[in-house]
Amino acid sequence: MDIFLQFDLPSILLGSLAALACGLLGNFLVLRKQALMGDAISHVVLPGIVIGFLFTHETSSWAMMLGAGGAAIFAVLLIELIRRIGNVEPGAAMGVVFTTMFAAGVVILEQTGTAGVHLDVEHALYGNLESAIWLDAYSLSDLWNWQVLMTLPESIKQLFVVNMLVIVFIVLFFKELKISSFDPLLSASLGFSPKWLGLSLIVMVAIAAVAAFTAVGSILVIAMFICPAATARMLTDNLKAQLFISGIASLSAGLFGYLLAAFGPGLLGYEFSVSAAGMIAVVAGLQQVLAMLFAPHYGVVMRRRRQRAHASV
Amino acid sequence: MEQFFAALTLSAGYNTALVCIGAALLGAASGAIGVFVLLRKRTLISDAVSHATLPGVALAFIIAQVYFDSGRSLPVLLFGAALSAGLGVLAVDWIKTHTRLTEDAAIGTVLSTFFAVGMVLLTIIQSMSIAGQAGLEGFLLGATSGMLKSEALTIAVAAALVGLAVVLRMKEFSLLCFDESFAAACGYNVRWLDRTLLLLLLGIVVIGLKTVGLVLIIALAIIPPVAARFWTDRVPVLVAIAAGIGASGSYIGAALSASAPNMPTGGLIVLVLFSFFVVSLLISPVRGILAAALKHYRFQRIVHLRQGLLAIAHDEPVLEPLTRSILRRGGFMGGDGQPTVKGQSEARLIERDQKLWNLYREMHPEESHALADWSLKPIGEVLPADTVRVLEQELSPHVVRGDETSRGGAA
Repeated sequence: MDIFLQFDLPSILLGSLAALACGLLGNFLVLRKQALMGDAISHVVLPGIVIGFLFTHETSSWAMMLGAGGAAIFAVLLIELIRRIGNVEPGAAMGVVFTTMFAAGVVILEQTGTAGVHLDVEHALYGNLESAIWLDAYSLSDLWNWQVLMTLPESIKQLFVVNMLVIVFIVLFFKELKISSFDPLLSASLGFSPKWLGLSLIVMVAIAAVAAFTAVGSILVIAMFICPAATARMLTDNLKAQLFISGIASLSAGLFGYLLAAFGPGLLGYEFSVSAAGMIAVVAGLQQVLAMLFAPHYGVVMRRRRQRAHASV
Repeated sequence: MEQFFAALTLSAGYNTALVCIGAALLGAASGAIGVFVLLRKRTLISDAVSHATLPGVALAFIIAQVYFDSGRSLPVLLFGAALSAGLGVLAVDWIKTHTRLTEDAAIGTVLSTFFAVGMVLLTIIQSMSIAGQAGLEGFLLGATSGMLKSEALTIAVAAALVGLAVVLRMKEFSLLCFDESFAAACGYNVRWLDRTLLLLLLGIVVIGLKTVGLVLIIALAIIPPVAARFWTDRVPVLVAIAAGIGASGSYIGAALSASAPNMPTGGLIVLVLFSFFVVSLLISPVRGILAAALKHYRFQRIVHLRQGLLAIAHDEPVLEPLTRSILRRGGFMGGDGQPTVKGQSEARLIERDQKLWNLYREMHPEESHALADWSLKPIGEVLPADTVRVLEQELSPHVVRGDETSRGGAA
């Protein structure tokens, strides 16, 4: 039991919390057709993280978070600038900015000799979910012990705070987000600027991406911004229901993804475990595939069946 | 620095030269294909393509290693990459057409899920503890340092072939980008053309994996066309410029990375390309910022000069500082704010011009709307001589009757 508490539980918590923060915000990105903003942001934070690290020489420091947040906002502004001034198509502007900033991150990383010692690009892509450990936990009752809870890894606590922030943001601005996502013109005419809401959404996305990025890597972040929200979108037309479903999908991907990664190969008789961040993203993708095929109303299989029923009548 | 120039002039050893030339060909081909992807507004599909190569590479490595004991063979790995990337493109298309999700969500899903599968497979490879797996890391960010002669040659030849295919299919692709339904009406198989375009893109991504790495290869297909777009509006020229930018950026980037240890090739190439983009954004004479600012400045001068002269003609004081300074610099106004003789005569001319323009607008309201900057140029420069003559004849009785001429005459 204590092995589970000390090694598996922190990783599950970390993965699920990262998934939840990104998955909830992803709903609005998917609805606004900005799904790839999550992709772009999770790439551009790399130079920010590297520069933050160079200042403090500590991993998982607040300087890194700050650098990453700054990089994300800088990237959003740069994309907007290139789009406006250069009259470049949004997707292309995004592509120019995020590849360049990622490249800059890679070059700084290699040039300053930090690569391989504390940070490396593979780490940034894959994350390091398995390294979360909670050595002070010995029994289940520790889960209710505040003092022991405070010894949870720093990154879990950070993600917990970020999750709270995300939930508060969505609850407070639910109406505004809803209207501005579906009908920006109506939102503008009712007096809340879709531009500012869009920017604050992007800032929240950046915060969630940065917090999750250092823990679970950029690929899981991208997957979580899109897959749970897309899964929920296949299942319902109601935004509140969509948010709930995406939250559940994120948590279950975090849980089952980790369990599969840690114990799946063992069940098959192999002795190794596979990348947990990767497996969580795979599970999220599989959930989406299932939803796309078998969703009661919008699923491909169900629609085919309905069409056939229509045709036979 | 010396090493950089040596690499740049192809004199830093046979291998380095081959790598640089291969990178240049790759850049040229990807710039050319990128133009059409950009014009079709599907730039970010290349992101899905590049990430979707990872599971193919990993799986090919495992299969080749287990069954043939030759996991590092580049053609096998690239074949695997191409297969899974193709699957990724089909998946994006399927999601887009068969579900309610939009293309960006489809791209995001495919790229993250495929890449995640690749990550899982990579951890399996790590636990297989086979020698030679270090080469796989190079696919993420590109590594040219350990490249074999035969590999560099394969890349160069394949890139040249893709580039050639783009040039040969240029007409069809332009048609597809600008008017899909017309292309279909002309008898082209639009679906197949679209697939060909994506297939060529896929080819470039796969070829570039080893040099630039899968995270950054898409920059090669995005940045050169976007930069080239600032310089021209014609497709063949666009393709040529994009290919040129891609080639020179990749060449310089590869030379730079050959000259310094530990410098990732892909990152350097992208940074060099971005600097080309910034230069284009700033100084391109067609759509650059500098050109736009210059145009704005000229336009502003013309408007201010004309308004100032009209004010002089109407004996109104000119108070606006910019107008005053423009008038003074042109010698139309003295230091005391009074119009000079030259200013008076020029003002007469402009006033008459303005009257002709006003009359023209009254007589042909619909046509004058079509002229973007009517009344900013002398009317004789814009309209044909006979139209102007008709206008003048029309104008003269009004002018005689009106009191404006008498005032003008007195001055």
